[in-house]
Amino acid sequence: MVTRGFSSGRKPPTDADARIPPGQYLEQGFPVLSAGPTPRVRTEDWSFTLKHGPRPIKTWNWTEFNALPLTKMTRDIHCVTAWTKFDTAWQGVLVDDILADAGVEPPTGFTLALSFDGYTTNVPTQDLTAGKAMVALLYEGKPITPDHGGPARLLVPHLYFWKSAKWLNGLQFTERDEPGFWELRGYHIYGDPWREQRYTGDP
Amino acid sequence: MSDGPAAQSPWQTMTISRIEKRTPRVTSFFLEPSRPFAYRAGQHVDVRLTAPDGYQARRSYSIASAPEAGETIELAIERLDDGEVSPFFHDIAAVGDEVELRGPLGGHFVWSDSDGGPLLLVGGGSGVVPLMAMIRLRAARRSAVPVALVFSARVWDEVIFRDELIDFHDRRDGFDLVLALTREAARRPADYSRRIDAAMMEQSMLRLPAPPRFAFVCGSNAFVSAAAQALIDAGVPAGLIRTERYGV
Ligand SMILES: Cc1cc2nc3c(=O)[nH]c(=O)nc-3n(C[C@H](O)[C@H](O)[C@H](O)COP(=O)(O)OP(=O)(O)OC[C@H]3O[C@@H](n4cnc5c(N)ncnc54)[C@H](O)[C@@H]3O)c2cc1C
Repeated sequence: MVTRGFSSGRKPPTDADARIPPGQYLEQGFPVLSAGPTPRVRTEDWSFTLKHGPRPIKTWNWTEFNALPLTKMTRDIHCVTAWTKFDTAWQGVLVDDILADAGVEPPTGFTLALSFDGYTTNVPTQDLTAGKAMVALLYEGKPITPDHGGPARLLVPHLYFWKSAKWLNGLQFTERDEPGFWELRGYHIYGDPWREQRYTGDP
Repeated sequence: MSDGPAAQSPWQTMTISRIEKRTPRVTSFFLEPSRPFAYRAGQHVDVRLTAPDGYQARRSYSIASAPEAGETIELAIERLDDGEVSPFFHDIAAVGDEVELRGPLGGHFVWSDSDGGPLLLVGGGSGVVPLMAMIRLRAARRSAVPVALVFSARVWDEVIFRDELIDFHDRRDGFDLVLALTREAARRPADYSRRIDAAMMEQSMLRLPAPPRFAFVCGSNAFVSAAAQALIDAGVPAGLIRTERYGV
């Protein structure tokens, strides 16, 4: 349906079109969205635990985690509130490198990302491995600010950005695909921006 | 996999039936759904505008009306001069026009009288909109849940829904309005003329008969960060605080 009287001078350059998923618009800033207050996690208190169900596989403190291989990832990100931001530059530890350091293969096909504030989000394990995702520690070369999920956040850039859990403190392998915080509150179980999987019921 | 009827688009057309200026920068748009639209206080909708060449712009807007108000839903939209969608509503949209909406959306920033209280609501500017839905729901249901709203605006004339809020306050039935004006002197005895801080939160909570069971904070990102921190500093457990950030 064409909206009477609407036309925008705000069109993205045509070469950018191919990078903007359906229903998204290009944003220059970096909006902040979250369900609660921003937790201030001190790196002295920070830890990250890899779990299989309730059983911990391995835990790292901040120093140990920062000693893992750092990888750079520059990617477009897509928020379900309809903004897309090009070329965000992150550095962190690939999930592959975390698994390698723990000396395990992914034990199940599903993963739940866990955060300090109790937030959870589910991601199929195959969307986290093979270089697709990392635990990010730096944004544009600097420590990630608390608003944007620091000290460490998950980065799964090919899914809507709520999947890139802020204030991350663990990854838990689960037997089934278990809906996380937003997935229980009306958001899509998978969240592919290119298929516009925003809300429960989207194809 | 789909929960809903497979053939139906999640978007529906709504017709603007009334437009009411609330403040110099905020205008309410009343919309008539074309399909049944059941929602909860605190939820939002997505609005989608389409240009003749197919270009679309999409933004989220909270619902200001209470579910009890009947079919019509109210959106209260603040004009951002260099924005794309809010100036369209202010300058172009007219009664009788159709716009596409999707929703209701959001299952976290919601409250119903059956959830109980006391409730502490903290809004900045147009961030009062979803809180207004909760306050209207409480009034419509004649709920006795104690509610305090701390509402920050720049000046008295930018207090959205001011007369209605003062009316609710004057009923003295458990709803308290506290205004925090950041660029003008306070006018009511209980009001402040400064930005929200922890001391203000502590004092406002004393208006409730017991510590809040839930706190809802809504507004721009900077406002929400500051207000949520003020609540935490005033002793409200972080787990009770729910936030809705307008992103920018
Ligand atoms: C859950 C939710 C609920 C909301 N509820 C409400 C509500 O009830 N009422 C309300 O008023 N708002 C609400 N908002 C905010 C709303 O969605 C819009 O963000 C707001 O109306 C601004 O949209 P816009 O298109 O007018 O401005 P935009 O075009 O998005 O621009 C916003 C600002 O960013 C700048 N900007 C960004 N990109 C560009 C660009 N390419 N060129 C130039 N300038 C740019 C502009 O300076 C402008 O001031 C809500 C947001 C969320 C997430």
